[in-house]
Amino acid sequence: MMSWAAANLWLIPALPLAAAAILAFTRRPHRQLAAILSIGAMSVAFVFALIAFISTLGTRAERSVYNFDWLALGSTSVKLGWVLDPLSAVMLLMVTFVGTLIFIFSVGYMANDPNFTRFFCFLSLFAAAMLGLVMSNSLLGLFICWELVGLASYLLIGFWFQKPSAAAAAKKAFIVTRIGDLGLFLGMVWLYAQTGTLLFYDNGNGCLEASALSKLVAQATLNSMAVSTAISLLIFCGAVGKSGQVPLHVWLPDAMEGPTPVSALIHAATMVAAGVFLVARVYPLMDADPANVPGASTALTVVTWVGAITAIFAALIAVAQNDIKRILAYSTVSQLGYMMVGIGVGGYAVGMFHLITHAFFKALLFLGAGSVIHGTHERQDIRDLGGLRKYMPLTFVTYAIGMMALAGVPLFFSGFWSKDEILFSAWAWKGGRGPFYIALCGALLTAFYMTRQVVYVFFGSYRSHSETQHVHESPRVMLAPLIVLAAFSILLSVVGTPFWPVFHEYLTGHHGEMGSGVITVMLISTAVVAVGLLAGWWIYTRKPLTSADPLESDIYYVLKNKFFVDEIYDVTVVKLNAWTARATRWLDDFVWQGAVIAVSYLVLGLAWINRLIDEFVVNPGFDQGCGGFRLSARALSFWQNGQVQRYLRFIGLAAAGLAALLIWGWRK
Amino acid sequence: MSLQHYLIVSALLFAVGLGGALTRRNAILVLIGVELMLNAANLNFIAFWRYGPNPELFTGIIFVIFSIAIAAAEAAVGLALIIAVYRHYRTVRLDRIDSLKG
Amino acid sequence: MDLAFWITAGWTVAAAGAALSFRNPVHCALCLALAFAGLAAFYLELGAEFVGFAQILVYIGAVAILIVFAILLTRASEVDEEPRAFPWAGVAVAAIVFITFAGAIRSSALADRMPAREVKPVVKQLGMQMFQGSYLLALEVAGLLLTAALIGAAVIALQEYPKRQD
Repeated sequence: MMSWAAANLWLIPALPLAAAAILAFTRRPHRQLAAILSIGAMSVAFVFALIAFISTLGTRAERSVYNFDWLALGSTSVKLGWVLDPLSAVMLLMVTFVGTLIFIFSVGYMANDPNFTRFFCFLSLFAAAMLGLVMSNSLLGLFICWELVGLASYLLIGFWFQKPSAAAAAKKAFIVTRIGDLGLFLGMVWLYAQTGTLLFYDNGNGCLEASALSKLVAQATLNSMAVSTAISLLIFCGAVGKSGQVPLHVWLPDAMEGPTPVSALIHAATMVAAGVFLVARVYPLMDADPANVPGASTALTVVTWVGAITAIFAALIAVAQNDIKRILAYSTVSQLGYMMVGIGVGGYAVGMFHLITHAFFKALLFLGAGSVIHGTHERQDIRDLGGLRKYMPLTFVTYAIGMMALAGVPLFFSGFWSKDEILFSAWAWKGGRGPFYIALCGALLTAFYMTRQVVYVFFGSYRSHSETQHVHESPRVMLAPLIVLAAFSILLSVVGTPFWPVFHEYLTGHHGEMGSGVITVMLISTAVVAVGLLAGWWIYTRKPLTSADPLESDIYYVLKNKFFVDEIYDVTVVKLNAWTARATRWLDDFVWQGAVIAVSYLVLGLAWINRLIDEFVVNPGFDQGCGGFRLSARALSFWQNGQVQRYLRFIGLAAAGLAALLIWGWRK
Repeated sequence: MSLQHYLIVSALLFAVGLGGALTRRNAILVLIGVELMLNAANLNFIAFWRYGPNPELFTGIIFVIFSIAIAAAEAAVGLALIIAVYRHYRTVRLDRIDSLKG
Repeated sequence: MDLAFWITAGWTVAAAGAALSFRNPVHCALCLALAFAGLAAFYLELGAEFVGFAQILVYIGAVAILIVFAILLTRASEVDEEPRAFPWAGVAVAAIVFITFAGAIRSSALADRMPAREVKPVVKQLGMQMFQGSYLLALEVAGLLLTAALIGAAVIALQEYPKRQD
């Protein structure tokens, strides 16, 4: 029996979609309508999500599924559907709640922007697509929402499209994620071919259910890799693109060209988390292969190592960045790597917990950065800021809370608990300790660069050359969400401690056991975080900050330029693409064009021959015919001279002849 | 006299009429030839009536009576035509009335 | 009998030949009347008196007169009747026709037939044949034809006067 919430789950994405549709068709921009519709839709969706969430509590991870036929193809049909289980419920709740807060923030942040209505229209569209993605029971439905989310991201990154850098960044985001989506699409098609369904759960027939999985595991493909592993890796390609894992991470920092609420919502809390969510959703598929290492399937091993590499790579780059949002962007990339590691080593509950906590404190950090940018009138370079503690106290406090949650300061901050779980699972992983050590280094670097950022921005004195009295605190409409998010960054720690793993029980339906080394890992991580914090504090507060960074060196130079990844891509992939395009152009210009011209000449030649025939054969033929007619007519008319008696003579002769024939002809 | 005498006379009259119709230039003289031909045919009919198997049926006579009536009507119309043509062309010479030449 | 026949025959043929040979059309018309008279004599000889008298009344009394009238009305054109060569073509055709007919007549089995019996056609009997026999329709049609011819001839020969501009 399906609860009311499960049967009507479609309302949750439908409301923002309706808001987006109405806003798309309004003729004149209407600020109040835009704000009221979008925020109203998201709030009501949040209420529904809350109802749905409550209905899943205490059910021991049961799931309610609603499938329907979408496309009838002869005797089969392509089905879509939605599912209400703890995973989708918690994501729905998070997206609607954080989304509502960010929408409210945007009212203040975008107040002076002339395209206010368009902004909210795109935001609502994005929200609808993200909610649809999260509750989809079909890989196809998920893919549709995946692409829609990518579209919304493109529209929002390039929101200020008059700026060439913004337009370029939007294009880059779309193309790079597209590369990952190709893998996802191939995996999807292969999965459908093997199992005949794209529904996740369908009374035993779904592709994540036992019968399908056993079939996929049994079959092997190249290198005797199980088909399930191959499909999992292909699906993971999509996640690599969307969640900014190495090597497809290059679009995320450039996506900071969009307005800050966009960065907060899409590129911190929700869209980039969609990749992690996808991996969590198809976890049964990823985990299906028994492989050589028990407890660590091939696919999950790949996921773990990619995540680990991403985590350390991005953290290193973040150390040397100077744009306030770019630091946060690389931090997001790094944290996404952590989430992947979490899923790989500890199961999807571990990764999802970090996803949820990260959503809150990263959104908080981005909105705080937005507040800083707004308050200092569009300054983003941290070298120009400083001492904002005095001018924007509330922003400073909330930002500090977020920073401590991200760094993993122990006990009070949810970030500590979620990151700690990942570290513990990595410690206990059967596939090796490598990821654990990498994650640990990453934690150190995270603490370090966040401290650096906070010192640069909020401590010291204001370095910018314009008057200080123009720096002001942000309006209340922008501060309220900050406060709420900060509160949750602290409160969420409660649901995930190893001593009371409420979240895990809720998500996976069974009681998580507490391993033997939990306290040890907690102590190690605390020590690492302390080292990072103190190092950052000491290096950057030793002497007053000037434009030259205290760590300036060759290594610093490499890090600042993001390991030159973009440049490498430019020289290799982009050049190859351009060459291919040129070759195709040549093909088009000479070969196809030549063929077309040849055909046209052929046609012209035929037409010319036709004309020749017409002029020299047909026309003279007609002329001859007519001439013959004319001659015969002239000859005949000679006999018609108008002399009646001549006619009569002929008649007389004819009559005589006839009479002779009749009379003597019979005699024979 | 046997039948053939009358028939020869009739044929002779017919030939004379025909020759005149084919020869004379004056349209009225052509009409005279035509009347002569008709009369020759009438003579033929009477001769055959008289020398035929069933004279009591008067078939030949009745035929000739009708023939005479029709010949009279035709002569009237024909002469009216000649007069009308004369008025238009100012001539009754057949060799000058040749507008219908090709 | 033979003599009557031969005289009548010679008279008729000569008159016919003359009718078509004279240069003056009035002479031709008068000779035509003589030819008609000869033919009437033939009919009387053959015992068809009614036809003979009808021939005299209609042909000589009406048709010939009509022809004379027509000649008189179209007088002006024959003033310049230039002499011409002997028309061989027409005569040749007529000769060929005559030879054909003569040959046919001579070679026919009917040629030597003699009259079957004497019949005296009484006018009353003729009238009864026409009106009570099978020729009633033909008679009526002939009457219609004569009416039409009368009207037609009058219309064709009518001189149209130009309409006065009133």
